Amino acid sequence: MPEQAVAAARGLWSDAGRRLTGNRIASAALAVMVVMALFAVLAPHLSPWGYDSLDWEHLALPPGLTAAHWFGTDRLGRDLFVRTLYGVRLSLFISVLASLVSLVIGVVWGAVAGLAGGRTDGWMMRFVDVLYSLPYLFIVIILTTLWRRGSIAVLLLALGAVGWLTTARIVRGQALALRRREFIEAARALGVPAPAILLRHIVPNLLGPVLVYATLTVPQMIVFESFLSFLGLGVQEPHASLGNLILTGAQEMESAPWMLLVPAAFLVGLLICLNFLGDGLRDAFDPRER
Amino acid sequence: MLSYALRRIAGLIPTLLVIITVSFCVVRLAPGGPFDQEQALPPAVRANLERLYGLDQPLAVQYVHYLRGLLRGDFGPSLRQRDFTVSELVAQGLPLSATLGLAAILLAVLSGIPAGILAALWRNRGADYCITTLAALALALPSFVTGPLLALVFGLYLRWLPVAGWQHGAPRYLVLPVLTLALPVAAYVARLTRASLLEVLNAHYVRSARARGLGTPRVLWRHALRPALMPVVSYLGPAVAFVMTGSLVIETVFGLPGTGRYLVEGAIDRDYPLVMGMIVVYGALTLFLNLIADLIYGWLDPGVRHA
Repeated sequence: MPEQAVAAARGLWSDAGRRLTGNRIASAALAVMVVMALFAVLAPHLSPWGYDSLDWEHLALPPGLTAAHWFGTDRLGRDLFVRTLYGVRLSLFISVLASLVSLVIGVVWGAVAGLAGGRTDGWMMRFVDVLYSLPYLFIVIILTTLWRRGSIAVLLLALGAVGWLTTARIVRGQALALRRREFIEAARALGVPAPAILLRHIVPNLLGPVLVYATLTVPQMIVFESFLSFLGLGVQEPHASLGNLILTGAQEMESAPWMLLVPAAFLVGLLICLNFLGDGLRDAFDPRER
Repeated sequence: MLSYALRRIAGLIPTLLVIITVSFCVVRLAPGGPFDQEQALPPAVRANLERLYGLDQPLAVQYVHYLRGLLRGDFGPSLRQRDFTVSELVAQGLPLSATLGLAAILLAVLSGIPAGILAALWRNRGADYCITTLAALALALPSFVTGPLLALVFGLYLRWLPVAGWQHGAPRYLVLPVLTLALPVAAYVARLTRASLLEVLNAHYVRSARARGLGTPRVLWRHALRPALMPVVSYLGPAVAFVMTGSLVIETVFGLPGTGRYLVEGAIDRDYPLVMGMIVVYGALTLFLNLIADLIYGWLDPGVRHA
């Protein structure tokens, strides 16, 4: 029985892969994402300038391909290309990690609630409902402000704590539907213990929708993170994040508009690619959604 | 209907209590205190201050005391902005924040619904692609990016509108903030309207109305629009919450003196009553407006009441 389930799962995955590569917008978004991620990872080796090294000869230099700095410099003469790449790097790192944190909590919570059913399910989902009604952005702001401002660990924790609610709801719904399926009943009849059913049968069958939601969580996390940095509560100078770069850019836009436009363009590109990729994945896993 | 409304109102109280308790714990258990300054206060002065504000008592006592105050509508004094109570500070800023939010929701609904209808009627044609692409863009961009960009284009380059500031509510100064705030909401409303209208237009009763020879405007107005707008109505609750937290950013971006800054400033200063007051006011407002949206929904769709 388990072999068969795995074979079916593989069929679903290769099917989804084929549909994703057939989707031109999603493949383009994926390609751009990969290039951006590569640039971000390789950022320290791409330019002689560091994210915090000052070039006193070129303060607030406008961008130009022949200039010493492609995307110009800020008021302190720091290379904007390098700083933006470091910002992308940090944003991707924090958002992917925060999405993973929220994914794990959400999947476990939702799967347990859906499998248990009855009163346990009622209480667990009631808890999620109550948390939903909290002004979560406020709580994140409070958390990051009160506990060690600028600490990446706190930022991760706060973002992850917020993101798991929707995942839990999706997973619970799926688990409830799966619970009634024959193969689960068969496993139960064979005497497989509940945790094993959860890990071997429920979770693998959930991965499709969860993966889709996770790719849509990453851009949300990027927005949260840069939003906090924009308010001055997230990543602190001299470290660069897309949020604090945009904040400085917005303050300087009258005299140096490129300081706003460069990081804004990267953030916009990143968000649009991730959203297209998420939409493409959703279509790939559930063709009926179209 | 009345019993449904009463049940929903009764459900608000425990939720609000959870919000208050959780935020009280988060705020009070954090390291640091309101009287930590560069130059340490003499211990006697500090002890007196703490006694004055009741901070020397056990947390549980302070919690009960705070709840009692709330019941009387008293949010306590601000610890940092001396001579002001939290109620006074909130009352100063709230009208502006509320104006911004309401105007944004109104604008979003008035522009999003027609855009969605047009997109649905011209499905898979130029106008539809334009609208859906614009909506995707507006949804992907956070307002702290669109705000400065709009200010750059309309304020600095075209010089049509002021970049920032507020001049005691002169309407010209509120155009860009409201626009920024409304953009993602309008995009979402347009998307919802398009999707649900497409579904409704395929329904049997709409087809039979068409078969009776009714023209498109009449079919829309008499038959299709009302059921198609149900998802929009149920989105209004979350939209209100979104706009209320969004006004925080907008006020920072455009330098408006609303209530948004009190949350961040209060948290940095460890001004406990101010932070708590902001959370309680915004939490209660969000819950209340959500409730109103739900009640409107229940009124439009009787099936919900008995679910």
